[in-house]
Amino acid sequence: MYRLITKKVLSSVHKLFEVDAPLVARKAKPGQFVILRVDDQGERIPLTIADADPERGTITIIFQEVGLTTQYLGAKESGEYLADFVGPLGKPMELPSPGGRVIAVGGGVGIAPVYPKVKALHNAGLNVISIIGARTREFLILEDEMRAVSAELHICTDDGSYGQHGFVSDILQQFLDDGKPIEEIIAVGPLPMMRVVANQTRPYGVKTLVSLNPIMVDGTGMCGACRVTVGGKTRFTCVDGPVFDAHQVDFDELRARAGMYLDKEKMALENCRCGGAH
Amino acid sequence: MEKEMKIKHPMREQEPRERKKNFNEVPFGYDEETAVAEAERCLQCKKEPCRQGCPVEVDIPAFIGLIKERKFSESIFKLKEKNNLPAICGRVCPQETQCEALCLRAKKGEPVGVGRLERFIADWELAHGVEIPPLPAPSGKRVAVVGSGPAGLTCAGDLARMGHDVTIFEAFHIPGGVLVYGIPEFRLPKEIVAREVDYIKRLGVKLEVNVVVGKTLTVDELFDEGFQAIFIGTGAGLPQFLGVPGENLLGVYSANEFLTRTNLMKAYLFPLYDTPIKVGKNVAVVGAGNVAMDSARTALRLGAENVYIVYRRSEKEMPARLEEIHHAEEEGIQFNLLTNPVRLFGGDNGWVKGMECLKMRLGDPDESGRRSPIPIEGSEFVFEVDTVVIAVGQTPNPLVPQTTSGLKTGRKGTIEADENGQTSRRGVWAGGDIVTGAATVINAMGAGKTAAKSIDQYLNSLA
Ligand SMILES: Cc1cc2nc3c(=O)[nH]c(=O)nc-3n(C[C@H](O)[C@H](O)[C@H](O)COP(=O)(O)OP(=O)(O)OC[C@H]3O[C@@H](n4cnc5c(N)ncnc54)[C@H](O)[C@@H]3O)c2cc1C
Ligand code: FES
Repeated sequence: MYRLITKKVLSSVHKLFEVDAPLVARKAKPGQFVILRVDDQGERIPLTIADADPERGTITIIFQEVGLTTQYLGAKESGEYLADFVGPLGKPMELPSPGGRVIAVGGGVGIAPVYPKVKALHNAGLNVISIIGARTREFLILEDEMRAVSAELHICTDDGSYGQHGFVSDILQQFLDDGKPIEEIIAVGPLPMMRVVANQTRPYGVKTLVSLNPIMVDGTGMCGACRVTVGGKTRFTCVDGPVFDAHQVDFDELRARAGMYLDKEKMALENCRCGGAH
Repeated sequence: MEKEMKIKHPMREQEPRERKKNFNEVPFGYDEETAVAEAERCLQCKKEPCRQGCPVEVDIPAFIGLIKERKFSESIFKLKEKNNLPAICGRVCPQETQCEALCLRAKKGEPVGVGRLERFIADWELAHGVEIPPLPAPSGKRVAVVGSGPAGLTCAGDLARMGHDVTIFEAFHIPGGVLVYGIPEFRLPKEIVAREVDYIKRLGVKLEVNVVVGKTLTVDELFDEGFQAIFIGTGAGLPQFLGVPGENLLGVYSANEFLTRTNLMKAYLFPLYDTPIKVGKNVAVVGAGNVAMDSARTALRLGAENVYIVYRRSEKEMPARLEEIHHAEEEGIQFNLLTNPVRLFGGDNGWVKGMECLKMRLGDPDESGRRSPIPIEGSEFVFEVDTVVIAVGQTPNPLVPQTTSGLKTGRKGTIEADENGQTSRRGVWAGGDIVTGAATVINAMGAGKTAAKSIDQYLNSLA
């Protein structure tokens, strides 16, 4: 059992937990993830490690209540326990060579996985231009945290309720067009956003990385649920990723596979164990 | 009477028509009377050929003799001298190629039902309360066991019985390895595995789940933490795919995923359990080993109308246990033999819709001694499927070998170990599927046992 130490409500649908998991905290590196199970009937879901504190032995996770398991998770309070919590899984991210311009793009709940990467780059002495966006002001998370580790922070919302009116790709376009070289772009967010960014940067030949979050079961390479086609080859996201070259990822396949159980999930939500809380 | 003695006493089973709709265990096991009667078939011959067929050298005539005398608790005690997990072995060992193959009775009829008797006596004990054997004084030596499949559990149990302080580290949230994630409930109830694991724990073995060695902790760190010897029993967990176009379509599963969702995550109880699984009307399972039979019979129980085994060789080469093939046939699994898938194709929605296959014929035997399949030109045909399960083998997970210095590995990613299970690195042993490639429960247990003896000697030689 893994104790939930603190809970923060970041928006009506985004929550943060600090979890007591000393072994994971000791090893966690930016880019890695955990797999957790809320209770004994629960499924195993992957979540990016948003932060790790080896001294206190804690891991921070941030999630959006999108489906059954994230709703159960969101209903937990600090002091309560998770049944299972395993990690750190996946490959740590590689740091780009210093000096060049690095741009980090986070959309929606994708800001959570982008944050530890920007923080790592910042700690390594790199200057990062960050672009974050959300549907509306309410859903914009981690603004202060991102500002603290970014050389520049640009904000946008789809409805214009905060920051620039528009999409993260609109802001990114300005940097692609300003004529100055870009070393690397890291983009994390919903699949459609990552696809847009991949297509947008491809003609410029700028190295672009995305962090994928497909359906997983074990997270150690033993089932293949997380397979994705990258550069025409089948890769397992949990061991070969989760970070891949955006220009090589088959987003159509990813999108289709992500929807494999949507009808089942709907059915489960109707039968949920949360005692009418949702 | 004489005629009756020629065949094994049958075990009562659920009717195929009924059982293919539920996940309850298929055979019911012997009652006491039948078990005693079957035990009476044992000739108690001097040569004890059956014992040579047992990878863990169970004293078969002795435990069967004690059943005959109705000394049930003595019988299980005898059995457990050599085998810590008899309720499991009685259910899943390929007895027909091991102990029972060598039984004198098999020359003129059916062998003694050693597996059935093993199952009976183990279940008798589980029903009557499991006794813990007297344990020696603690040696003060610490051993880490990586992986809680049959190899790890056996090695840990034996070392605990030798007085050592043993901790098992398991990647999954439940111990048991293939016994819990692979082999289905209807063949090996998870309650039985849980009780066998409980026995190992009561011997004093500590169990840490949710620890992926190579990620959460490394072998080097285990040594740093004061473990003096390490046994690696991480199995052969990586799924192999066919490498044909269309394998990433929706509805295509590796057998590992299909079985893990169903067994470990209990998708067959969805939505009571949260993990879903999708099975359509027409399911093709590629392969013909135990894993394929388990997948096919699982698909049937999850509601499929037609389930096909697609196998590129013929019936004779099918590697599954006889009983599994027999049960699968009884339940209506259809066998498309000498058939090799070359392509999967999907509909507009991304779901798999059909499988294109080639007919095969058998050529000369290959290195494994099995006749190798050769495609028949122009024999392409297509059949409709909406779910495909790929069960063509597993290879070892490279996580531990990749993160452990000084560990020699073989061509297929297996860890190299000598006949005692000792690896190229001092203080590290390995056994089970990680050494042999995918094999059997009893071989994994045998390897765990051998390693335990060798580890014990090593620990005693340390100051
Ligand atoms: C579906 C199926 C049906 C089968 N049916 C039969 C049968 O009827 N009869 C028979 O004799 N054999 C059968 N087998 C084969 C048999 O189950 C295996 O040969 C046997 O389980 C191997 O045991 P093991 O202990 O080596 O490995 P496993 O049982 O594979 O156990 C390995 C354990 O190690 C854990 N692990 C892996 N990597 C790590 C890591 N890095 N850190 C921590 N833990 C780790 C795994 O999670 C797992 O729990 C079947 C196999 C399958 C898949
Ligand atoms: S989640 Fe099972 S292989 Fe990646």
